[in-house]
Amino acid sequence: MASRDDIKFLSNPMIGNNSKKYCRFRKYGIKYIDFKDTDFLLQFVNEQGKILPRRLTGNSLKYQRKVAVAIKRARHLGLMPYVTDLLK
Amino acid sequence: MRHFETTFIVDPVLSDGEIKKTAKKYLDFLKEQGVEVKYNNEMGLRQLAYPIKRKNSGVYYNLELEAENGNFIAEMELAFRRDERILRFLTIRLDKYAVQYYQDKRDGKIGHYKAKVAAERKAKAEEEAKNRKDRRGNRGPKKKPAPRKTVSSNETKGE
Repeated sequence: MASRDDIKFLSNPMIGNNSKKYCRFRKYGIKYIDFKDTDFLLQFVNEQGKILPRRLTGNSLKYQRKVAVAIKRARHLGLMPYVTDLLK
Repeated sequence: MRHFETTFIVDPVLSDGEIKKTAKKYLDFLKEQGVEVKYNNEMGLRQLAYPIKRKNSGVYYNLELEAENGNFIAEMELAFRRDERILRFLTIRLDKYAVQYYQDKRDGKIGHYKAKVAAERKAKAEEEAKNRKDRRGNRGPKKKPAPRKTVSSNETKGE
């Protein structure tokens, strides 16, 4: 049985914490996304290797497109999978 | 001048010599065409994310190129397609930001590459220091015979 200490949050602690999403490329001035840098690109896919939507990542349209292209190039070269399970 | 980047995967089943020969064939071809290879990044044997031609790993080569125009690409890609030792290839054109990025990456200015480049430099410096020591070691015995000669010349003079 879970003791009281195990139950840390009864509701999502992030609720009401209105930190706005931002585009990390614009914020940090990243101009080019390297398709060989798979560790970085893994931040933009889900566990099945699908590209996450802008809605979740907060990327601006310009850089979301670049991320998508980089991931597709990595997939073509066998650096990233097209389909998997438990990628992360 | 236009910048390109081409990556190709060589069949890992081949022997080391054959893999190098395959890569060299393309490097020679590029040289012949007057294309400058700015950086040859041999990424080595890597696991593929999914099987390609029933292979689970491949030897990656990544070249950064600089050329007057892109006329050589068609011929190069045709050779890649015909070559059964090549599993996959990709050629892309680099914009100015990409060129800057790769330059910075090599200089070790970019986040998680910093440590890597620093380590490589350290290794290189150590190697150089070692070489210098070796040279000193070579100099040592060479110096020793020199005084003997002078001694012998003195002796001859004395006689």
